Amino acid sequence: MSESSAPPLACQRCQRRPASVHFTRIVNGEKSDRYLCEECAREEGAFHFMLDPQLTVHNVLGGLIGQVPETLKLATQVACPRCGYTYQQFAETSRLGCDACYQAFRPQLEPLVRRVQGATSHRGKIPVRAGGKLRQQQALHELRERLRQAIAAEAFEEAAELRDTIRALEEKTADTE
Amino acid sequence: MTNASLWMKSEGPEADIVLSSRVRLARNLTDLPFPNRLGDSDGKRLAARLQEAFDGLGNDWQLTYHPLADIPPIERQVLVEKHVVSPALIQEPVRFEGLVADPGESISIMVNEEDHLRMQVFLAGLQLSQAWQMANRLDDDLERNLNFAYDSELGYLTACPTNVGTGLRASVMVHLPALVLTRQVQPLFHALAQIGVVVRGLYGEGTEVVGNLFQVSNQVSLGLTEEEFVHNLTVVAQEIVGRERQARQILTQSHRLEVADRVGRAWGILTHASIISSDEALKLLSEVKLGQDLEFIKVPGHTTFSELALMTRPGYLMYRAGQELHSMERDALRATILRERLISDAEYKEEH
Repeated sequence: MSESSAPPLACQRCQRRPASVHFTRIVNGEKSDRYLCEECAREEGAFHFMLDPQLTVHNVLGGLIGQVPETLKLATQVACPRCGYTYQQFAETSRLGCDACYQAFRPQLEPLVRRVQGATSHRGKIPVRAGGKLRQQQALHELRERLRQAIAAEAFEEAAELRDTIRALEEKTADTE
Repeated sequence: MTNASLWMKSEGPEADIVLSSRVRLARNLTDLPFPNRLGDSDGKRLAARLQEAFDGLGNDWQLTYHPLADIPPIERQVLVEKHVVSPALIQEPVRFEGLVADPGESISIMVNEEDHLRMQVFLAGLQLSQAWQMANRLDDDLERNLNFAYDSELGYLTACPTNVGTGLRASVMVHLPALVLTRQVQPLFHALAQIGVVVRGLYGEGTEVVGNLFQVSNQVSLGLTEEEFVHNLTVVAQEIVGRERQARQILTQSHRLEVADRVGRAWGILTHASIISSDEALKLLSEVKLGQDLEFIKVPGHTTFSELALMTRPGYLMYRAGQELHSMERDALRATILRERLISDAEYKEEH
């Protein structure tokens, strides 16, 4: 973060106040640049690392959750069919009501998750109970990633082995379907 | 539950700088509201299901379930001071909160904190990977008897979207006196923030920094595998350790006298004060530990820094006294304990 020396632009978030803060964020190797006014920067958590004890994840998140895109504004009244929680309540508490809320608020949550997590897809552990198919998909994804890396590193022998493993696994997946 | 945890007395890699490693997994049961929305009947259903699941674990894990309501308030405070539970877990009113722990508190599972389950594994020194493997096995074993809320796209579902995905937070507690003295912590933390690493005070989110102790953890929990998150934080911790060692070397080479003076003064106050506040005690203990690590001073007692840090906390003192204490009474008891542990304890050891 640095004071911008470029001619004053409008803040990318509120489009009103002049941008005075350049906020660079790198999450999982993905870099994003934002030019914000001080107020919006504070709400987006640009000053997070300053160890301000008042600035906890929840009050930073509160600012983010409130930012529902215009097209989805009406949807803030949507309630979770299982627990009855509304998106408005979520915005106030930063906490969801139950696991079904994720399904009920998916359109609003997706951009939020992307912003706070820098990603939208889980690549980690899959519970055994959720079924073997998910596990195989995950394994395939990992193998394809390793194959990509092997090719990039010109490790063709390893790449050939990986390709065979992937084929075998793909056939196995097809068999079980 | 009020004795020092096992990690406080154990050895581990880089343990002079990395006091402890912790891996936490957030899990929720499907079909029940998250803790903040849990009504009485659902709360009872949840407690019954969890009880059954913990019973089903058998004796291998040596876990015992304690409803928070059964733990006296002073002992709850000690659990926070030991980092076994978070400050949020013990916030009144107590409803369905609970703690499941093994005797050494290497494993502690917070029940109904922000999520239904928050499993934590603590190990001494830099051992994040080992802590993750242990947490992973515990998670596998519990999953045999519980249906965890899981989404094929978002992963494990948590009450707050900041924990969704792996539900994993890896953290290390680091002691960085030399980086603080040489004014290098701010730029370092600034750089860490840009790679998705968060630095917090002693008791986590929103707490202040005392005794040059910092909690360093991963900010996001989605998009990488657990192994990748754990590996990344391990690399960050190694980098921090390297920089702290470098700063210590500079201190011993160019500021020997000043450091020796600080350490000696800290030792003098700790062993001669009659009243001392918890923040002052921790600050001075941190300086003595630095002196000890740099071999400027030989601390005669056999109580570790982590144990001393715990023994001088307000909740622990009241627990030891067996009653509520005013701040002046605590400050006096703290000074007595420090003298006891730092001097008489050592003499006792030598005589026997």
